[in-house]
Amino acid sequence: MSRGVRPFARLLAASCVTGALLLGGCATLPGSETSRSPKDPFEPYNRAMDRFNQALDDALVAPVARGYRAVLPAGMRAWVGNFFANLWDLPSAGHQLLQGKPERAFMGLFRFGVNTTLGFGGILDIATAAGIERHREDFGQTLGRWGIPPGPYLVLPLFGPSSVRDGVGLVLDFRNDLVSYIDSSETRLGLRALWIVDVRERLLDATGLVEGIALDRYLFVRDSYLQRRQSLVWDGEPPEDEDEDEDKEDDARNGK
Amino acid sequence: MKRFLAWLFGALLLVPAFGVAAAEAPDALIRRISNEMLDKIKADKDLRTGDFAKLSALADSTVMPHVDFQRMTALAVGRNWRAATPEQQKRLMEEFRVLLLRTYSGALSAVKDQSIRMKPMRAAPEDAEVIVRSEVIQPGRDALQLDYRLRKVGDAWKIYDVNVLGVWLVETYRNQFAQEVSSKGIDGLIKSLSEKNQAPDQPNKS
Repeated sequence: MSRGVRPFARLLAASCVTGALLLGGCATLPGSETSRSPKDPFEPYNRAMDRFNQALDDALVAPVARGYRAVLPAGMRAWVGNFFANLWDLPSAGHQLLQGKPERAFMGLFRFGVNTTLGFGGILDIATAAGIERHREDFGQTLGRWGIPPGPYLVLPLFGPSSVRDGVGLVLDFRNDLVSYIDSSETRLGLRALWIVDVRERLLDATGLVEGIALDRYLFVRDSYLQRRQSLVWDGEPPEDEDEDEDKEDDARNGK
Repeated sequence: MKRFLAWLFGALLLVPAFGVAAAEAPDALIRRISNEMLDKIKADKDLRTGDFAKLSALADSTVMPHVDFQRMTALAVGRNWRAATPEQQKRLMEEFRVLLLRTYSGALSAVKDQSIRMKPMRAAPEDAEVIVRSEVIQPGRDALQLDYRLRKVGDAWKIYDVNVLGVWLVETYRNQFAQEVSSKGIDGLIKSLSEKNQAPDQPNKS
């Protein structure tokens, strides 16, 4: 491979395979959960992987993120966040094109150019300040726009909530984003790790909130994730689900 | 005479239009309530630091008159709502209301220099159900999507679902409520909600 090994893409691919194997194993066990959703046929495996992620988060990721927050002032953390967001703006622009939105692709490219040059490699988000909005896109969203349904909900190791479609999208994105073009594998891994810490730091308050308002954290996260992705595929305005609407109407009538 | 008749006819046509205009349009309603809430939160530090009694009073005076909360709760509880007694329904509504207020009270600490931007509404005049879309604009950060489902009840528009960042509130609680009811019954769901609501807040716990 010209770009050397890509441990992240391989880790992801491996985790998907492992997941599939685990699923095979789990399928023979009786489901312990009560109301199984058709969107989540792998619930027993997903819950197990969710517990694993939770343990990993408690033991390692969240403490590191808290340390990162304690050590680095908010202004510098914003630079880090902006840097990674800017790196993603280039693939986002490509996805806009793949999704048939040339204006947004052009604006995204313009954003990336402005922030990379005038914003010192992206650490300053000048474009947003100038009123050019960021529209983050990824392969999962592109596949969705092409008509591919999310498929079963899937909890990935480390990355957490996903779906079969979005998991494939994640692998494709990691094989093609800007970081994957860096020659040194140490730099590449270091940047990936910093990115994870950066993302987790910004989620520190949100995870506390979820604990406070969810009756079942797993279901809360799952049902939020699936809706959020469907909304993102359609840039905030997904087509209405007719069946579900009628279902709701029925329930509401019964309620009155 | 012809012109007079034309004028009269025109005026008659306008009468029903005035009648419609008397009821506040759904997007105008959302704009008004959003700005009212935002202004009050900006002006009152207690609201931003989690003063629950104050938030509860503000919600009751500003938002709740425009919310069909029974419909909202019924939709979240789903098919089991019908099986609940009126007393159980009342308790479910009370606990669900507190849970939602707790949800929002946690987010209010971030209110600083935000503003509301309404998105164009796509609805026909005869529609009795609409989605109103808006965005919370935060300088230097990505906008937050905030949408509402409203239904016409008599002459007024009532909110019955809220969407934050693409996630509808009712749908998010549906499966959780159904799971509680199927394993512990309706009283079990009420108990779980009330325990959740009495648990101390866990700020910044991760």
